[in-house]
Amino acid sequence: MTTRALAVAAAIALLYALHQDVWFWRTARPLVFGFLPIGLAYHGAYCIAAALLMWILTKVAWPQHLEDASIQRESER
Amino acid sequence: MDHKAEDYFLAGRALGPMVFLLSLFGTNMTAFTILGSAGHAFANGVVTFGLMASSSAFVIPLTLFFVGTRMWALGQRHGFMTSVQMFRDRWECGHIGTVIFVVQAVLLVPYIIIGVMGGGTALRAITGGVVPYWLGGAIVALVVMSYVFFGGMRGTAWVNTFQTVLFLSFGAVALVVIGRGMGGFPAVIESLLASPTTAPLLTRERFSTLAFFSYTFIPLSTIAFPHITIFCLTARRVAQFKRTVVFYPLCILAIWLPCVFLGVAANAMRDVPRISSKLEARQTLASAPASMPADDRATLRRQAAGDDVVPIMLEQYAPLWLAGILGAGIMAAVMASDSQILALSTMFTEDVFAFYGGKTRFGERIQVQTGRLFVVILTLIAYAVAMRAPQGIFDLAVQYGFSGYSALSVLFFAALFWKRSTKWGALAVALWVAGAVVYSATTPGALAWFGLMPVVPMTIVAAVLMVVVSQLTRSPGRDTLARYGM
Repeated sequence: MTTRALAVAAAIALLYALHQDVWFWRTARPLVFGFLPIGLAYHGAYCIAAALLMWILTKVAWPQHLEDASIQRESER
Repeated sequence: MDHKAEDYFLAGRALGPMVFLLSLFGTNMTAFTILGSAGHAFANGVVTFGLMASSSAFVIPLTLFFVGTRMWALGQRHGFMTSVQMFRDRWECGHIGTVIFVVQAVLLVPYIIIGVMGGGTALRAITGGVVPYWLGGAIVALVVMSYVFFGGMRGTAWVNTFQTVLFLSFGAVALVVIGRGMGGFPAVIESLLASPTTAPLLTRERFSTLAFFSYTFIPLSTIAFPHITIFCLTARRVAQFKRTVVFYPLCILAIWLPCVFLGVAANAMRDVPRISSKLEARQTLASAPASMPADDRATLRRQAAGDDVVPIMLEQYAPLWLAGILGAGIMAAVMASDSQILALSTMFTEDVFAFYGGKTRFGERIQVQTGRLFVVILTLIAYAVAMRAPQGIFDLAVQYGFSGYSALSVLFFAALFWKRSTKWGALAVALWVAGAVVYSATTPGALAWFGLMPVVPMTIVAAVLMVVVSQLTRSPGRDTLARYGM
């Protein structure tokens, strides 16, 4: 396994672990923007983090070979 | 190549980037998302977002990234139109593929039924009871059947795109308008915090951490749902997945967060009779003695259900034009059963009709007509069952559909990433999933090992079975493995 693959796997595992936010389990405060309970705001931010991770994955781990094969097939048609 | 069938069932494998993103998201945004999530949040609080939304925001794009792109490539290379076609080719099997088809099809039917149930609930709520439940369900079933019948994949893709655009455009507006109507969300939240009965809805203290963890397995179901797998084959280019996986979590945030928040906030509408009667029913249910008859308990549960709180809030606080637009969006979301109906039709015509010689004998035109006939029959059956089904949207979907499909996702990972996997391993997984779903659906508390939800043992045992049985049996030939880059 390459260093890049290990880093990708570690980032995925870390974000998965961060979903289990036991630290905000029993509290509603602070209220983010004055009305969002902290647990709800955390998971909203988690969605943004997921989008960021997916963007990184498309940059460093995109299955380019599938795209190349597809373009080649299209040109053969 | 199967042009007529590909055109009807897969939109000619030519959906553009924006329609692909918005429609794929819309395909997943069913009655359950809009009505069920708000209803679940109404009863359980903010935990709903972490349970289903944020875990989906992470796991679904990840599975699209790793599995969806590869399914797309295999569809392009080998002409596959369903996942069963891929399994048959990958594992050199015929009838085992049929077993997988049957398990997938049986698990998908409840998902179609909730679409019809959601239609009945939504239309009844939007019209304030003028349109009864049975008529609302019938209208939704008829409309869905018509455009799937005539439009195929293109029809469903455009309806799903329409609903996503509506919600993304007007969802936030509705949130602001309802917030103002309720006197501002800060005041709403403070009033909920001030009451000992509603304050726990703003935390997760009533929910077990293990059950919360279990829910992260549920989004694995998405990639195994036939309508999602089939949808992955409709993209014109694999590059379209890039934008989809990045924006998918943001779409979830934009649509689920308002739904969940509004569901929780509805608990503050004690002065609205239709909400206060729900709160009273919930209170009665909570203090009911254990000896209360099951029928009475079920009646109270129905009265307390919050699947219609968002339409009630729109009716109460939003101007007519906005309520109308979002009502149309909700109706479009309710019609998300279109994708499942089309997927089952695709599977039936490809995995059964064509596989067992129907296409060779009767031709491609008859194959498409058979698919259309299947759409009609399936919709009628779904309607008949929906009118008798006693359970809430959320329970029905999770108990039967999501858990089973999460366990079936093992088939996809094994087929695409593990060359040692075999057809016997796949058969073991399919039979285990079928048995486990029946067992957990009929036996209260079944498979709830160590406080986890059944979806966790179902998925883990499926993975173990795949590994053990595959190791004990002969793997496919070298030529087959080579075609899969293994």
